[in-house]
This record gives sequence, structure tokens and C-alpha cells, in this order.
Amino acid sequence: MYRYDLTDKTLVRQRVAQFRDQTQRFLSGALSEDEFKLLRLRNGLYIQRHAPMLRVAIPYGLLSTRQLRALAKIARDYDRRYGHFTTRQNIQFNWPKLEQVPDILEELAEVEMHAIQTSGNCIRNITSDHLAGITPDELEDPRPWCEIIRQWSTFHPEFTYLPRKFKIAVTGAPQDRAASLVHDVGVHIVRGPNGELGFEILAGGGLGRTPIIGEVVREFLPREHLLSYLTAVLRVYNLEGRRDNLTKARIKILVRSLGIKEFKRRVEAEWQLIREEGLRVDEAQIARMQSHFQPPPYRALPNIAPDSGREAAFRAWYRYNTTAHKVAGYRAIFISLKKPGVPPGDATDTQMDLIADLADRYSFGEVRVTHTQNLLLADVEQGRAYELWQQLDRAGLATPNIGTLTDIICCPGLDFCSLANAGSIDVAKLINERFDDYDYIYDLGEIDIKMSGCMNACGHHHVGNIGILGVDKGGEEWYQITIGGAAGADASLGTVIGPSVPKAQVAETIERLLEVYVEQRGSEERFLDTVRRLGVKPFKERAYAAPIAA
Amino acid sequence: MPRRLLRNAEIVVDEWRYIAEAAADTAAPLIVTLTQWQLEPDIWLARGTPLGVVLSPADRVEQIAADLGVFTLIAAQFSGPGEGRGYTQARQLREQWNFTGELRATGYVRRDQLFFMARCGFNSFELPDSDIDDAREAFATFTAAYQPSNDAGLALKLRNTVAAPSA
Repeated sequence: MYRYDLTDKTLVRQRVAQFRDQTQRFLSGALSEDEFKLLRLRNGLYIQRHAPMLRVAIPYGLLSTRQLRALAKIARDYDRRYGHFTTRQNIQFNWPKLEQVPDILEELAEVEMHAIQTSGNCIRNITSDHLAGITPDELEDPRPWCEIIRQWSTFHPEFTYLPRKFKIAVTGAPQDRAASLVHDVGVHIVRGPNGELGFEILAGGGLGRTPIIGEVVREFLPREHLLSYLTAVLRVYNLEGRRDNLTKARIKILVRSLGIKEFKRRVEAEWQLIREEGLRVDEAQIARMQSHFQPPPYRALPNIAPDSGREAAFRAWYRYNTTAHKVAGYRAIFISLKKPGVPPGDATDTQMDLIADLADRYSFGEVRVTHTQNLLLADVEQGRAYELWQQLDRAGLATPNIGTLTDIICCPGLDFCSLANAGSIDVAKLINERFDDYDYIYDLGEIDIKMSGCMNACGHHHVGNIGILGVDKGGEEWYQITIGGAAGADASLGTVIGPSVPKAQVAETIERLLEVYVEQRGSEERFLDTVRRLGVKPFKERAYAAPIAA
Repeated sequence: MPRRLLRNAEIVVDEWRYIAEAAADTAAPLIVTLTQWQLEPDIWLARGTPLGVVLSPADRVEQIAADLGVFTLIAAQFSGPGEGRGYTQARQLREQWNFTGELRATGYVRRDQLFFMARCGFNSFELPDSDIDDAREAFATFTAAYQPSNDAGLALKLRNTVAAPSA
């Protein structure tokens, strides 16, 4: 993985000193609450319902075990012994004390981490495919490009006061595991007319109040021009994005109001002016960055079937919680953070320490965060999967539900977030209680539920096969349900099935939707495909056919 | 009261006057708005003093491109704490139009923005007077950067630092 050089170290240390000074100026009264808000928001620090919430950047979801142990220590020393992994591959701490945040940042700097630009109207953490570098269908590992963009966008002098936040996702495989179509900019590694590698650039995707699927701005960009092209996109947005209305300030609104053709024309015109300036990424720089992401020393091993002859629990886990690796004899292993009864995406300090130990022993000392709020050990020998499973199982980290109904994506909701209208964690709990029969869950196959506690859509509900949105109805928590959303390369936005339902009826409503699917599905047809084939009508009819007992 | 500001990292007394301040000081260098300039350029030229223009956030640099030779100062107005268009205006003036005169940040300008403003090409800053004495520290907050810049101090040695070799 990328290791900091002197420039990175210097910047992060100076950032800690700067933030310590800003915090002191605020605590001494020299900075007003409003002035400090603008500063702390550029450092991932929100003031939330109970306490400040600190969001720490995990660039493209990649962690060394040293870093994961540091996060565990922070959870232990400054928080209530847990952290929450997010859909943008970051981690959030819900209970730090404001005056201790500079100390937390100092501990993070020790392990080459920070909270820079994890909030505020600036370029946020760069996210990517959690299977980067190991997936068989990849054109090229996107992580060197993520790191190039991370560096370019960190403390970018021109783009630190954008109209609104700006999220970039980079993928290197045809299958989109980073939800790049609902990002402000999606960068896809593709082949050009002569077979050379370059980028397809999308812009204007996003969720929130106005969900929109991103559109192609440029079909093929030679790779040395990536940063100048991104500069042109950001510059057009910085000058022309709306600043008068917070809900219309994202780039998606600009792209939609200009139309993709006119937006593209303006970006290209700006790019022509700057493309030959000092931002060209040359081959030596690319090679140097790629050298940070070389494959670990794999052993020459045959592919085996470690589940044959083992007990059913291991076989189920192996089927659902592991995935193919491009190197023979290896497997990528998901650690589910979706255990029933536990808030989705949460991990305790002891779990983080244990996962770090296991990653050292089984997966070359690295851990990845997925945008579905699970963790991944990317490089595990198939022959050692069974002993790894036994240890995960003992720690409650082997819930065999990856990609199934109970692998729910969920924001912190009303319990922790001051923006939320309704709880999401307790709805996840109710769904888990209703659907506790694994035979049924496995029979349903691939399906995802995504849930947000408000219109900001941190839980990506618009692109859930089943989406749940918390709404406030006269002081009560109600939930609007959508079906047919998807986040991958065939991304689509879900359709609302009808009026929202009270909390106690969410699980029953979902069960009715699933009944229609089970009755109507073709062989091997996923829930999403059945919804796309039949439309919303039969689902809607069933959901509201009979009153649900309170 | 004379206005103090930071220019090239020094505290100086401002010799420039905005229109509203200029009545009593007809020989002082004058800053007009873009609209005032566009409506009556001859009146301002006839004054015979150095001229500057202040851009509002929505003004585009292209609108004064043809007249750049007239101005020895260009100011960008920051209308509030979240305003960010002036950063782009500054870069475009320095990089695309090669403006070499005084580039001034005015309006909502605070010490925590100075580092970014300087890197975009601003070299003078109208801060609240009470902030000026401490604000110079802000230029030294960071001694490194990832992007090329228009700040003479950091610029050349840091050009193209993306993916710089390990030190």
C-alpha cells in the first residue's frame, strides 16, 4: 500500500498543529462558533446529537493492520470502544471530546492517517473497488490512480470552498463495486481506440434529495491528462455551480440544468486552456505510484475446495462470505459487520484488534473497508480459510450474510446524527429479527437493502434493491420504501411503492414484497430483475392489500 | 482611519481607495467595480491615477481580459465564508491572462484562508484590522503542498509534486 513520504508526513503533522491552534482559538473565544464550524468541517468534525462526531479518512478503504490497531486504540481511549464504518469506506467515532480531537489527530498522524476533507464543501475521500488489485475481471488496479487523485485533491488551494461537497470514485473493472454512477465524478479505467489504458469520465451522479445517475463527460481520456481534466471539471463547477441554494448546489444540478452536452463543451473548453500546463502525470510518476501497490508475495498454490466435507455452517459462510481471487489458491474473505442486533458497520475495539491480528496471520497485514460497510481480508490462502473462519466465528464476525437480505447498508440515523428524521439502526434490528431463517434468506439470493434516516441519503437508499428512507411525520418516525434500485454498472434509482409506513410495519411490508418475488420469479432471476420485469405494480398491490396489525 | 492590509506578507497602509472613499482623495489610486468600469471607462481613465477593478464572485475574468493593461490592481470580492469563486478567478488571472499586478482578496478574508489564497496567486489581503498582526503566521502553516501554485515562495520547487519520490 501507499507509504507516506516526507511531503505527506510534513503536511499531516502541520495539519494537526493548525487544527490544534484553531481549536484553541475557538475554546478561548477568539473564533466564533460559526467561524470554527467552517474550519472543523474541513477536518471531519461534526457537532452531533450527543457529542462531536469525528470522521477519519480511509483512502480508498485500504488499511494496514498498524492503522487498524490505531483506530481500535482511539475507540478505546477517546470513544465508547467502537467505531462505525461508512459507505464511503471511512470510519466515524461518535463520542470524542472536542478538546481531545487534536490529540486523536496526532495519534492518527503517527500511523499516516488524518481526517482532512472528510466533511465540508471540498473534495472528499477518494473511494474505489474493494476488490481492487485482486479481482479477475480488472483492467488495471485503480488504487495508484486513487492515490494520485488523493494527493492532488488534498488542500487543493482552488477547490477548498466549492459550492458543495464533491465525491470521486475510481474503478478498474467492468463491474462497478464503488457506486461510481452516483458520485459527483466517476473515473473508470477503460481501453482506448488502440488498446491503451485511459479513463472514461462521468459527472453529475448523486443521491440525496435529487438522486441522479451520472452521465459520460468523456468517453476516453489519455491517462496523463487525468488531473488536468479533473481540474477543468472542478473549475467549471466552482464557477458555475449554484451557491444560493444548498439543496441545488451539487454538480448534478449544474449538469442537469446545462445538459450534459453543454456541460461537456464548457469542460472541454477549459481543459484545452490548461491541458499542457504542469499537471501532466508522466509515465515515471505512474510507475512510481504503481510500485506502492505491488502484489504481496503469493505462494504457488493450486485451487482447492476447502468447503468439501466440512460442516454446513462453514460451507454457507464460504459460499457467501468469500469471493474469487485472480491468483490460484487464494480467496478474498469478507468479515460481515452485519450481525443481527449489532448496528450495521459497527466494530468494537477488541474486534478491530482481533481482525488486525488475523490480517497479519492470514492476509499480508492489510484490511479493506467495503462501501457496503463490511471488512475484507483480500489475500487468504484457500487452505487456511477453515481455521480463519473458526476464529472469526468465535468473535461473532462470521455472520454468513454477505450480499443477502440482512447485509443491510445503513446510516447512523436518528440515534446519532443531528440531520436524521428517523432511526435506522433499530429498523435494521427489526428486519433482522423478522428474517432470521437462513434457508429463506439464501433462497432469496442476491438482494440488498439500503436505508437512510433522512433525505441526505448516507445509506444510499435510492440505489438499494429495496430502499428505506426515514421521514418525520408529525413527530413520528415513518418509512418510505422503494424497490428496483441498483448501484452497480447497471445502476438505477428505485421507485417508491406507495405511502410511507410506521416503523412497526416496515418488516412486514418487506416480507410482502419478498412474497411477490418468490411467487413470480423466473429461474435464477434476482429480486432486482423481477422488479425490472414486472414493474412496481404487483409489489405495491400486495404491500398495501391488507392492513398490517400494529 | 487609514486601512491596513497585508501585501507581499508585509503590513502596509493601503494607498488605494474604493469609489465610496475617493471623494476626498482625488489623487489616490482608485478601485472601481466591473460595472462602473464597463459603463464609463473614459471617466475613470481621465482621472489620471492608477486604476484597479474589483470583481464580484459572479463576474468572469474574461470580462476584463481586453482591459487588463489598464489595471495595476485587481481585487476579488469574497462575499461570505463559503465563497470560493475568487480562488478560480485568481488562478485564471495569473495563469491564463498573465496578470502580474497586485491581486487582492477583499470581503470575507480570514487568516485560515490565506495559505490557499496565496497559492492561487493573491498577494494582498484585506483582513479585519484586529486580525492583521497575527495573520502572517498563516503563510507558514504548511511548508509543503501537492499542487503547482502561483505563490512565488512555494511554487517552483513544488511544481508537480504529485507522487514525488520518497525523501
